[in-house]
Amino acid sequence: MCKDIYVVIEQRDGNVQKVGLELLSEATRLAESLEQKVVAVIMGDNVASKADLMFKYGASKVILVEDPMLKNYVTEPYTKAFTKVVEEFKPDMVLFGATVMGRDLAPRVASKIHTGLTADCTSLDIDPESNLLLMTRPAFGGNIMATIVCRNYKPQMATVRPGVMKLIEKDSYEKGEVVNFKVDFVPEDMNVEILEVTKEEKKHVDITEAKILVSGGRGVGGSEGFDPLKELADALGGEVASSRAGVDSGWIGKERQVGQTGKTVRPNLYIACGISGAIQHMAGMEESDFILAINKDESAPMMDNADLGIVGDVKVIIPKLTEAIKKFKETKIVD
Amino acid sequence: MRIVVCIKQVPDTTEVKLDPKTNTLIREGVPSIINPDDKAGLEAALRLREQVGGTVTVLCMGPPQADVALREALAMGCDEAVLLSAREFGGSDTWATASIIAAGLNKIGYDLVITGRQAIDGDTAQVGPQIAEQLKVPQISYAEELYNEGEYMIIKQNFDDRYNTIKAKMPCLITILGEFAIPRYMTVGGIVDAYEKEITVLGFEDLKDLLNPEFIGLKGSPTNVIKSFTKQAKGQGTKLADLSADEAVAAIIQKLDEIHII
Amino acid sequence: MDFKLSKTHLLQQELYRKFAETEIKPIARDMDESEEYSMELLEKIQKCGFLGIPFPKEYGGAGGDVLSYTLCMEEVSKVDASTGITISVHTSLCSTSIFDYGSEEQKEKFLRPLIDGSKVGCFGLTEPGAGSDAGGARTVANLDGDEYVITGTKVFTTNAGFADTFLVFAITDKSKGTKGMSAFIVEKGTPGLSVSANIPRMGIRAASNCEVIYDNVKVPAANRIGKEGDGFKIAMKALDGGRIGIGAQSVGIAQGALNEAIKYVKERKQFGRTISAFQNTQFKIAEMQTKVDAARLLVWRAAKAKDDKENFGPYAAMCKLFASEVANEVTRGSVQLLGGYGFSREYPVERMMRDAKITEIYEGTSEVMKMVIAGNMKIK
Repeated sequence: MCKDIYVVIEQRDGNVQKVGLELLSEATRLAESLEQKVVAVIMGDNVASKADLMFKYGASKVILVEDPMLKNYVTEPYTKAFTKVVEEFKPDMVLFGATVMGRDLAPRVASKIHTGLTADCTSLDIDPESNLLLMTRPAFGGNIMATIVCRNYKPQMATVRPGVMKLIEKDSYEKGEVVNFKVDFVPEDMNVEILEVTKEEKKHVDITEAKILVSGGRGVGGSEGFDPLKELADALGGEVASSRAGVDSGWIGKERQVGQTGKTVRPNLYIACGISGAIQHMAGMEESDFILAINKDESAPMMDNADLGIVGDVKVIIPKLTEAIKKFKETKIVD
Repeated sequence: MRIVVCIKQVPDTTEVKLDPKTNTLIREGVPSIINPDDKAGLEAALRLREQVGGTVTVLCMGPPQADVALREALAMGCDEAVLLSAREFGGSDTWATASIIAAGLNKIGYDLVITGRQAIDGDTAQVGPQIAEQLKVPQISYAEELYNEGEYMIIKQNFDDRYNTIKAKMPCLITILGEFAIPRYMTVGGIVDAYEKEITVLGFEDLKDLLNPEFIGLKGSPTNVIKSFTKQAKGQGTKLADLSADEAVAAIIQKLDEIHII
Repeated sequence: MDFKLSKTHLLQQELYRKFAETEIKPIARDMDESEEYSMELLEKIQKCGFLGIPFPKEYGGAGGDVLSYTLCMEEVSKVDASTGITISVHTSLCSTSIFDYGSEEQKEKFLRPLIDGSKVGCFGLTEPGAGSDAGGARTVANLDGDEYVITGTKVFTTNAGFADTFLVFAITDKSKGTKGMSAFIVEKGTPGLSVSANIPRMGIRAASNCEVIYDNVKVPAANRIGKEGDGFKIAMKALDGGRIGIGAQSVGIAQGALNEAIKYVKERKQFGRTISAFQNTQFKIAEMQTKVDAARLLVWRAAKAKDDKENFGPYAAMCKLFASEVANEVTRGSVQLLGGYGFSREYPVERMMRDAKITEIYEGTSEVMKMVIAGNMKIK
């Protein structure tokens, strides 16, 4: 009998990646109706200290697989380790973050143990009749959503897009069981050689972490068109983002791209400046809590999807808005 | 060196539009293209051939209409083309697809397999790694650069916030990022030649001894799509037109205050 | 009877279209403004085999046919007519003449580099005093031992600014009229050969078009294409074929402008609705597209006749006459649909309208086309 929802916690250089905690939160929600438990699996070297954090986000059990061979992510040793976990503990469901690691590891594991895997899910649910995991994901460049099930194979596996599931930190929790699971590695398991690891020099901007995003599209007119957007973002304590048009035109770096081929964001406020709202872009930001759109073109799709749409010239309105916000904040301090 | 590049023919999803009345996909008139990441894979293979010699074979699983994708690959400079096509293969999910392609690869032989990272219609990025597992060879995903060193491949892997330089012994499978390089154009002469070449078609009978027939196609796939739908647009917000810039700014400030942003 | 393109032609069309959209369209306006053709673009065109389309592989060509070549001409001319004429002069005038009349040695030496993408050719026939009346040419070539000495001035020589191979027509025997003209190959760098700066023009401004001066230019007798006295015949045959290319170029210019207009009318709103919602707009576009399609079919008929080694001359003249008029009408109509924006240089239709004019003039004016057509109908 397969049971419990397992979440693969990704660590990089010993640091737990946020998506793992998002998945614990989501798994906790799913597990309720199933009366199952949430189990966190951490693979790495000297990662035992991370176990406590798992309980805070809903895990009732943590499985640790520690070995020097698991220090950095390499496909084959990680595949072996996690396959052994599945074989030993027989989970009902397994969730991975749809990160570079998750999307490299999960398909290899699914292929090895012969089960289904659904990629890059944006919503999960339990079918009340069959208790099957309903895995929903965008396809066709975000144009359609498909709900997928894995009926006859266990575990049911999914990779889940980072930033989509809400992070829920528990106010009170109990520390559960921590299991140290030993996997016997042989030197041949390391079937490739890592010659070098280099980190990108440029400052790592994570727009998915920003609470406020000021995003520019073709309508800002050029790389200098992003300067006023940056000033507005600074005034609001946010970051600058872009549609694909801005990135493709070379006006701004790809790490700031929002949309199907960029990042998925759900900030508290998304200000779309001169972004028409092509479906590929909407796919990456429509979950934002509040969307403010400023566009000359009243009929742009973005204007129909915005909570507040202002018909007007971005180049005129943005600098004035920045000034007004600065003033507004000053008055608040005086109060 | 025998290099095999796996490609998929996909609808150009940037051309896909929704019918605003029925909220369904308009598939009509959407051109079929070689999946962009796979096309970068073809470029990688052709460059590798320029570096070390050998042959580049392009392999595609799909309906007979995928012929044109293979001709395009030949016109870019591939040496030979293989189409895996059979009614039995239809409806396969990534697991089943990988097992069919792995069977095809075992049939034709390979030293190096190159695939694109992911396809723009499915966006799963699963088939490459799953083929590698079925072949029991190492996989190196997200390659941005690669070169050959004797019986080894050296791959620069783009791993989000870092690059890993990986040395892997062949046979192995590499998945390529679209950012690898802008793929070369076909040449006019290449197109003329492409239509003079024979494309090898492998059907179910040709591959049935190399795979488990119970595990392919719609029936043999572990996952099934039970529902597909288009996303509903969010409820109507407020649209303000014909305001002066100052009025617009005032309206925005009021709203931002209301929702406790400022 | 089959109006469908074959699979290989369809795939070629896709290549030409993609190349034009990606490589040419983004720089077409800049090239027009600067009146200078991009050498980087020319290199890419050579690499993709666009300069050897209708020639057999054994000489380094692409192994396509005349129909393939018209598809290329249409697709590149949709976004940039200057690229169209650059390819056309190289292909149908210079290279085709060497292919049709050159000896095996000459094909190996001169044709191969032209069509395998390593060299570019031009065609020198028109002179300041000899346009439609090509027989009135004054450039002379005198035999001196085993060399010809060429002296004279050619004007409006397309591609001359960067060409490696000059096919030039000169009088070898004044007493024989048009039968006294011969064709020669002059290679770039030959002493006495000089090329002027670009001639300022109304349209196709990116294309290289210069005056070429031959001042006692010595070429080996082995550089003569065909026999002495064959020159006029070679030139006329080249122009016959060239007209198919100009017809295709005209279709491209027209379709390109019409595409811009269609895109615009669907976006532009006036009186509360898109201007495409007005029946006047729809009718205008329907008329223009019908004419473009008719012109395209005439071009394809001429191309097919040439591929089938039939007497294609009159068909070529008809397709050029009609297509060039359609190009002018449709570009003018497209500018009208775009209104003030159409007249502005931010939108490409004004450039297309300027570019269209030359199609009624070069490689035989519309009046010359009518002479050819009527002559073939034996109407005297």
